[in-house]
Amino acid sequence: MSDEQDQAPQFICGKCNIPLSMGKVSVAYMGNSFEVDLLRCPQCNLVLVPEDLALGKMLKVEQALEEK
Amino acid sequence: MERQRVQELEAQCIEEQPPACTAGCPIHLDVRGMMDHLRKGDFASGFGIVARFLPFPSIVSRICDHPCELVCKRAEAGEPLRINDAERACVDHGFKASALPRPQRAQRKRRIAIVGAGLSGLTAAVDLGMKGYETVVFEAKPEVLGRIRDWKRPPLPASLIETDLEVLKTVGIVVRANTSVGDDEVTIASLVDDFDAIYLGLGSRPVLDHSIDLQLDESGRAVIDPLTFATSHPKVFAGGCHRYGPAVYSPIMSLHDGRYAAMSIDRMFQGASLSANRETQGPYQTRLFTKTSVYTALPAIVPAEMAQGYSAAEAVEEASRCFPCHCLECVKVCEYLAHYGSYPKRYIREIYNNDCIVMGAHKTNRMANTCSLCGLCEAVCPEHLPMAGFCQEARQSMVQKGKMQSSFHDFPLRDMAFSNSDAFAMARHQPGSTASAFLFFPGCQLAASSPDHVAAAYQYLGERLSGGVGLMLGCCGAPAHWGGREDLFQSALGTISAQWNDMGRPAIITACSSCYRVFKDNLPDLPVSSIWSVLDEIGLPPVTLGRNLQPLAIHDPCTTRQEEAVQKSVRNLLNHLGVSPIELNEPGLTTCCGFGGLMSFANPDVADKTVDRRAKDSDADYVTYCAMCRDNFARRGKPAMHILDLVFGKTENPAAREDPGFSRRQENRARLKNMLLREVWHEPMIDEQDLPELNVSPKVHALAEKRLILLSEVRDVIAHAETTSEKIRDSKSGHFIAAFRPHAVTYWVEYSLEGEGFAVHNVYSHRMKVGTDQPS
Ligand code: SF4
Ligand code: SF4
Ligand code: SF4
Ligand SMILES: [Zn+2]
Repeated sequence: MSDEQDQAPQFICGKCNIPLSMGKVSVAYMGNSFEVDLLRCPQCNLVLVPEDLALGKMLKVEQALEEK
Repeated sequence: MERQRVQELEAQCIEEQPPACTAGCPIHLDVRGMMDHLRKGDFASGFGIVARFLPFPSIVSRICDHPCELVCKRAEAGEPLRINDAERACVDHGFKASALPRPQRAQRKRRIAIVGAGLSGLTAAVDLGMKGYETVVFEAKPEVLGRIRDWKRPPLPASLIETDLEVLKTVGIVVRANTSVGDDEVTIASLVDDFDAIYLGLGSRPVLDHSIDLQLDESGRAVIDPLTFATSHPKVFAGGCHRYGPAVYSPIMSLHDGRYAAMSIDRMFQGASLSANRETQGPYQTRLFTKTSVYTALPAIVPAEMAQGYSAAEAVEEASRCFPCHCLECVKVCEYLAHYGSYPKRYIREIYNNDCIVMGAHKTNRMANTCSLCGLCEAVCPEHLPMAGFCQEARQSMVQKGKMQSSFHDFPLRDMAFSNSDAFAMARHQPGSTASAFLFFPGCQLAASSPDHVAAAYQYLGERLSGGVGLMLGCCGAPAHWGGREDLFQSALGTISAQWNDMGRPAIITACSSCYRVFKDNLPDLPVSSIWSVLDEIGLPPVTLGRNLQPLAIHDPCTTRQEEAVQKSVRNLLNHLGVSPIELNEPGLTTCCGFGGLMSFANPDVADKTVDRRAKDSDADYVTYCAMCRDNFARRGKPAMHILDLVFGKTENPAAREDPGFSRRQENRARLKNMLLREVWHEPMIDEQDLPELNVSPKVHALAEKRLILLSEVRDVIAHAETTSEKIRDSKSGHFIAAFRPHAVTYWVEYSLEGEGFAVHNVYSHRMKVGTDQPS
């Protein structure tokens, strides 16, 4: 394919050497847990939390849960 | 937190007390509110206030004897406000019939007879009519308000009186003019039979109608209870100049009597106590404190045309002289109190309510955790309200109830744990001796900031003091104390006092003002003195400064607020060093540097505002005697030095020394311990791991500091990733991204291999636990 380079997976699991793909991942904080879609290794489940997510939405949810 | 104590604290804050003018006004007109509107030229809103308090605004705003002006605080800086003229301006420039109060719709089945249509009688009639009662006014003369119609100073236009009397119609008050009570037809006795209550506004003459048995005084006037306006007859109330006799006439007191007699009548109908909760009825002295010394004296604005009253422009100018009166002394000096937009009385209520909620939003937690516990508010408060003590108590309560956000304090608490771990903590007698008469406790933050000064100071004390000078490294537990963690605090104190005991109960010398406070307040058995007092006594080592010191301003750490002797010693030392410091304020009114109370962790923005504000107090470089203050100034770009920089420092310009930052603080402590073990005690050092070489650019380092990520944690992440291969390769940049979660925080590091070591490109963290953080 001509656009193969754009399609090339950016993130590769260092352990399994296969690309990360979107999948359901559980996150938990202060006794609450829920599922979110995140990039993770389909084989060993290693998850990538990108900076903007960690410092954006995740932080907001953390603070909301802390104030409960 | 105990409810009653909280209420006492709340009551200590007097900001909600009325200003002097309102307290002095017999009917407590909201003068300050009115002046606020006038200042903005909003006469309509000003009139709204006047009409809310005065049943006859056009009349009273011209004839009030204005006792409020006698107590207006502006008198302490110029002349009192011309409050009555300002009220008249509200009427003259803001009158709107639609702004007048409307009677309540609900009709009540009680009837009241008012005898005498003077100011007091008509006020009682209007107030009761507004509440929906049926009122009938009996007046002997053909017209109501006879005295006002004859007013001479200056005369009131008849049209104006008619405007004000419109209210009688609006409310539906029946006026029976030309009806003299006491004649055959109508007597007080017949009114008592026909009505549910009677108000007598008889004027200053004696009671001539003896149809009922009314207790009279020697001049023949009814005996009236000054609080409730009750007479000896349960249905009959009285007031107005009947109370004072013919010698004085105060229109506003007549209004006052009518108003509060009406209140009693209403209470009687409701079956409520006539006398309860009336302490602040009528003129009284407010407890509100207003610092007037900061204002320039200004004379009153006098209307150019006295008879015309104020022009709109004149009224605005006059109203601009109103301070307005507030206390807010604490809010003026504290960024934290200012940040939340209110004042301690409210904050205490909010924090207490927050404490009482079991479930629900604990939004106020951050508020209680932002206070730096510096005690400045208490020092400036006219009532000495201890806000710091309250916030500290609230924090303890949050911790006990499991409601404290761990994100507020776990970084400083882990820093404290580091300082009390083997990496730093130690206690030794002086080399070559088996006993200690003294024990030097430099504190964890001085060691973190200036490890060399600690070593030098220890050596000097050892040379100059006899009986053995031991050394104890560690943290006094202040962070736990500030964070409400009494468990951790007590255990830190326990370790210290046990070791102190083991060492033969030496006299403690501390170089940190927080440690000093902690020991003094919590370990009364430990004899503690500050190194500054000790140095003042034994003298300084020969100092070859040889520098041309710029003028220095002295910043006292907030924890020494009450330690006059320490403050004085420091100044003596500075004088010896050839520095005559500029005083920023009375030492007892010093501010926090933004580190106190762990403020900078719970609310970094407010902490930065705090230190920045202090930094602006003088253009001179600062000298201080707390390492944390020193480093906080440095962090925000304010040149500052520690007094030990002047004694043991080797650099040419110690005020330019950088803030070491959190990572280096820990490294400095660990290095100090190892250096002392090796060079002073000749003991083996704590194992220094073979740490991978990290290349961290200043930009990434600053990011790590801001995000409270230590380089040791970055190393842990990389070490974990490299040993387990749990890392993600970013094929675009060629970097690795890896995470590690040692405790409650997951740290992420983006790095790449670089020679023998690693280049660090980014760091961030989150507290949520994601997936199975450990491989499944
Ligand atoms: S009503 Fe009279 S006493 Fe009250 S504020 Fe106005 S001028 Fe002053
Ligand atoms: S300065 Fe203003 S608020 Fe203070 S007493 Fe005078 S009128 Fe009232
Ligand atoms: S200084 Fe602050 S706490 Fe004290 S009375 Fe005034 S507003 Fe209240
Ligand atoms: Zn994998």
